[in-house]
Formats: sequence, structure tokens, C-alpha cells
Amino acid sequence: MSDYFHSIVLEEELCKGCTNCIKKCPTDAIRVQSGKARIMKERCIDCGECVRTCPYKAKVAVTDPLEKMADFKYTIALPAPTLYLQYDISKFGRDKIMTALKMIGFDYVYEVARGAEIVTKASNIYLDKNKETRPMISSACPAIVRLIQVRFPSLIPQIMPIKSPMEVSADNARREFCEKNPGVTPDEIGVFFISPCAAKMTSVRNPIEVSKSAVNGVFSIKSLYFKLLKQMGKIKEPLNILQAGFSGVRWATIGGEAKGIESDNILYVDGVQNVIKILEQLEDDKLTDVDFIEAAACPGGCLGGPLTVENMYVARTRNFRFKSMLPKLLNEVSDVELENTEFERAPEHIDVTTLDEDITKAMQKLRNMDELYKMLPALDCGACGAPTCRALSEDIVRGKAKLTDCVFVLKDRVRNLAKEMMELEGMLPPTLDNKAEGR
Amino acid sequence: MSDSTVKLHYDIDAEDFTTAGEASSGVKKTLTRLGVNPELIKRISIAMYEAEINAVIHANGGFADVEITPEMVKVVISDNGPGIPCVEDAMKPGWSTASNLVREMGFGAGMGLPNMKRYTDEMCVESEVGVGTKITLIVYLNR
Ligand SMILES: Nc1ncnc2c1ncn2[C@@H]1O[C@H](COP(=O)(O)OP(=O)(O)OP(=O)(O)O)[C@@H](O)[C@H]1O
Ligand code: SF4
Ligand code: SF4
Ligand SMILES: [Mg+2]
Repeated sequence: MSDYFHSIVLEEELCKGCTNCIKKCPTDAIRVQSGKARIMKERCIDCGECVRTCPYKAKVAVTDPLEKMADFKYTIALPAPTLYLQYDISKFGRDKIMTALKMIGFDYVYEVARGAEIVTKASNIYLDKNKETRPMISSACPAIVRLIQVRFPSLIPQIMPIKSPMEVSADNARREFCEKNPGVTPDEIGVFFISPCAAKMTSVRNPIEVSKSAVNGVFSIKSLYFKLLKQMGKIKEPLNILQAGFSGVRWATIGGEAKGIESDNILYVDGVQNVIKILEQLEDDKLTDVDFIEAAACPGGCLGGPLTVENMYVARTRNFRFKSMLPKLLNEVSDVELENTEFERAPEHIDVTTLDEDITKAMQKLRNMDELYKMLPALDCGACGAPTCRALSEDIVRGKAKLTDCVFVLKDRVRNLAKEMMELEGMLPPTLDNKAEGR
Repeated sequence: MSDSTVKLHYDIDAEDFTTAGEASSGVKKTLTRLGVNPELIKRISIAMYEAEINAVIHANGGFADVEITPEMVKVVISDNGPGIPCVEDAMKPGWSTASNLVREMGFGAGMGLPNMKRYTDEMCVESEVGVGTKITLIVYLNR
């Protein structure tokens, strides 16, 4: 687990140790130690909350450098639907964006919105064939899948076992490109996802549902934004290479996926804290009348992702406008496109809460934790570097912190020590000076 | 002996409906820290939640006492409420005396007691009219 790659990292020089981020993390993954807000790798789900919170921009999302394109003979771009919402759509329509991607060097462009349409069809087929487990939870947001693996393991069987639109798009793009260009072998092609999302970057390096990702690299929307804008200004006649309709394009917005599910009992929820509340209900076996849940870690859905440029509300308005401009589908989803869309493997439980493998020892630690907690002020002030007093007591029994990390405990100890010294001082024999005076 | 038992106690408050379920979610957190299998945790917390809600709705509140050992989790939910006149009837799926108001809040399907039975390994209902009700739920951890 320690060599696990994360997109979200701390830029140590920028971190002031202000503790703003520690309370926002949905998995309690951040601790300020020696003045720096370090991330516990096994807990982090790459949701990007800390990136949004940090006033000093010290939490950043790492993506691949554009130079990575040079490693491949041929390159394919996979634009996320969110990319279309970054630009004023009356001036820079989808066809121009697609054309500009080719102008900056990609040999082929495949819309992830098309992959999303394939996923919708595959999900509907799955729901129709498998009726026992309800509700099923979308697997499209990797941050939410990780959240379930870390915090809600009993819900793992409810994760929709259909690959993400990104993976499905990568498979289909590679297949299409080889078909259109006889002689090209799949490994000569580099497939690059243009991403609003840090969690997607992590899921390419550490795939969840497949053993090896079909994506070779991830570029952030931010890093391509101006490059594409420059090219779009030059376009006279955009290419006609669109593949997706509104049902795929709308996936950028929360609800966009769920609305494609053939059921009236759908639920969609955005923002990681809101998602947690819904998952807690699912854990208690509530909401069993719901067929499908779409859950996105980012506010508003992927258009609120940490690697975007445009304000998410503005982006959402553009999504509404697409609705009137586009048919639901440009092409029906074919059987070939549906091949290999199911999970290759089930997501595993990532256990970060168990205090000890041995339950008897875990019980002892739990009791110690409660004892320690009673000595803490229950203010959850964060000054110790842990998000709550409970978290500090847990860190102590895990051997990762000490009781005097709490400033209140430390103050008390110092005061008591000072008192004791004063008392001892009173018991001292008179000093030589005094004796001298008395003579 | 005391080293390998964790005991938890909760008051189940009937005044504030929004806090119903606090005891079962507290137990859930504890069991997670102890590394109990998630599937078992789910069974325990669902059964306990049903008993907790019954104490709130039908008996004006009560107490939860939980004993965790490496072998099992034992949950006792007790109250000083009106008691259940016929336990055999109450155990039947769909049997309920819930008022319309309670039904409007989404309870009263008469599935609470049957679900407790379904999700636990052992269940015992002791009830006396005018005195109170005591529900004991046991789930074994190593089966
Ligand atoms: N603690 C209790 N005190 C008094 N009566 C109870 C208690 N628990 C259950 N009962 C009686 O047993 C009946 C059946 O309980 P059960 O939990 O199965 O269904 P319910 O609470 O009515 O509905 P549901 O649990 O599906 O919301 C209740 O309607 C009530 O009359
Ligand atoms: S990305 Fe999310 S889970 Fe990871 S440290 Fe930041 S807030 Fe926590
Ligand atoms: S909501 Fe979308 S952008 Fe945000 S973490 Fe999930 S998949 Fe990534
Ligand atoms: Mg009930």
C-alpha cells in the first residue's frame, strides 16, 4: 500500500501547517506533523476537497506532462464531457474543440461522452438481468468507489460492475483506430484522457476494476485550456467528427448518468459529504426501493472537478443549452461497443479502521483510546494536527502521536510541574547569601 | 476476562426523533475499529437499529447495553414501556399497532421484529404488559 500512487500531494514548501484542510477530509487522512499537512496514503481517496480548501494552494493534483505524447507513435485524445463546458459554446462549439485537439497533435479523438452512452446501455442491461441487489451504485466516480472501499465495505457488492466511461472509451478508441488504420498495433497507440479529475489520474495508475488501465496518460483540462483556445481561433471549417448525443454529453453534470437509467426510482447526489450521508442510509438497509444511485464526489458532478477552469455554475448553464441543441443519441450503441464493458475484478475492502488484527488486542486499544479521549478537552481544535480529539486518541494508540501533542494537556502538565517546583523551592534550605546576611 | 470484553451503554431518548439510531451507529463504529467482518457489522447494526426505533416509537425510549467479546456481540435493548400483549403476534411479518402518524413517518410496516430475527443468530423477547420489554440480540463472530 505504501507505494500506492496518489494524484493529490502536498507541496511541502507552500504548506503553512494552518490545519484548514484536516477537517475537510472525508476520510480523516490528513495530519499536520512538524508543521506540514501530510496525507496518509492508504486513507486518501483523491476527492480533491483539500485542494479546494487550502488557502495557500499547497495541496495539488499531479497529472502527466504533455511530453508523454512523444512516447507513442500514434496518440488518441479522450476528452471528458466537462471539457465542452469550459468554453463559451456559441463561439467554441464541441466540433471546434474536437478539431483543436487534432491540431495540437492527436491523431484521433474519441469522446468519453460516447463511452458514457455505452456504459448507460450496459448498465441498463445489467439492471434488467440482475434484480436481487438494489440499489446499485454508479462506479463512474473513482473517488466514491474508493470511499466505499475505505469507509463502507458492506456496500461493495452494490457497486455497478460496469467499467467507467474512461476505460470503456479507451478500449473502443483503440479498437476503432486500429480498424481504420490497418497495420497499426494497439501498443503503438497512446491513449490520453483529458481530465477534470484527480481521482481519475489515480485510477489510471492504480486501476480498481481492471488489472491494467487502457489509458496511457492523463492530462488536466487546466493544462490544455489555453492551447486549445489558441487553436480554436484559427479554425475556419471544423471537422465533423462528433460521436455522442446529449445523453452522453450530460454526464458532466450530476444526474446526467442517472437520467439515462430505465427506471423512475433513481437518486443522484453530489459533494462528498452529501454522498456519505446517503451511503450511511444504504448501510442501514434503507432506500431499498431505489434502483440506481449516481454519486459524484465533486459539487455539481465532474464539472466541479478540481482540474477544471470554468466556474461550475457557469459550466452547468452551458450543459442546459446542449439539451436543446442535441438529439439524445447520434448513433445507437452496437454490440461490438458493448464488448468487455464488465468489471474484470471486484473492488476490495481497504481496511484502515481496524486497531489490531487480533481482536483481543484491538479491544485493549479501544479501551486505551477511550481513556485517552477522556483526558482530552473534546474541543476538536485541530492544534495537535489531528482533525478531532477522537482522531488524536486513535493516533496515540496506533503509536503515531503522543498525549502531549494536545496543547491543553501540555499546558496542564507544565502548570503542574511549575507548581511542584514552587513547592520544592519552598522546602529548600536558606541559601549561602542569606546565611551571610544573618551573620 | 474483563480484558476481552467491551461494554457499551446508551440511553435511547424518545424526545428527539432525529437522534434515533445513534446507539446502533455508535456500535457500528466500535465494531469497525475491532476489525469485525463488515457483513456481520451490517447485520448487527440493522437489527439493533430496529430494536432501538421500537423503543422510541412504542415505549417512549429505553436503554441499550452492548457486550462485545471475541466470540460474539450481544445487544440488549430494554424499556419501561407498555409491553407487548402477545409476542407471538408481534413477531409476525406485517403485524403492527403503529398509529397513522407513525406510519406517515415511514415506520409501522410490522417488519422490525421479523428483521431482528432474520439478521441475528439468536433473539429473545421478554415482555410484560405495563412493565416493559427487553429484547436480546446475539450475533456470533466466528461462524
Ligand atoms: N418495545 C416495544 N414496546 C411495546 N410494543 C412493542 C415494542 N416493540 C414492538 N412492539 C409491538 O410489536 C409490534 C410489531 O413490531 P415491529 O417492530 O415488528 O413492527 P412496527 O414497529 O410496528 O413496524 P416497523 O418496525 O416495520 O416500522 C409493534 O407495532 C408494537 O405493537
Ligand atoms: S484528496 Fe480528499 S481524501 Fe485525499 S487527503 Fe485530500 S481531502 Fe482527504
Ligand atoms: S465527481 Fe467526477 S471529477 Fe469529481 S472525483 Fe468524481 S469522477 Fe472525478
Ligand atoms: Mg419496529
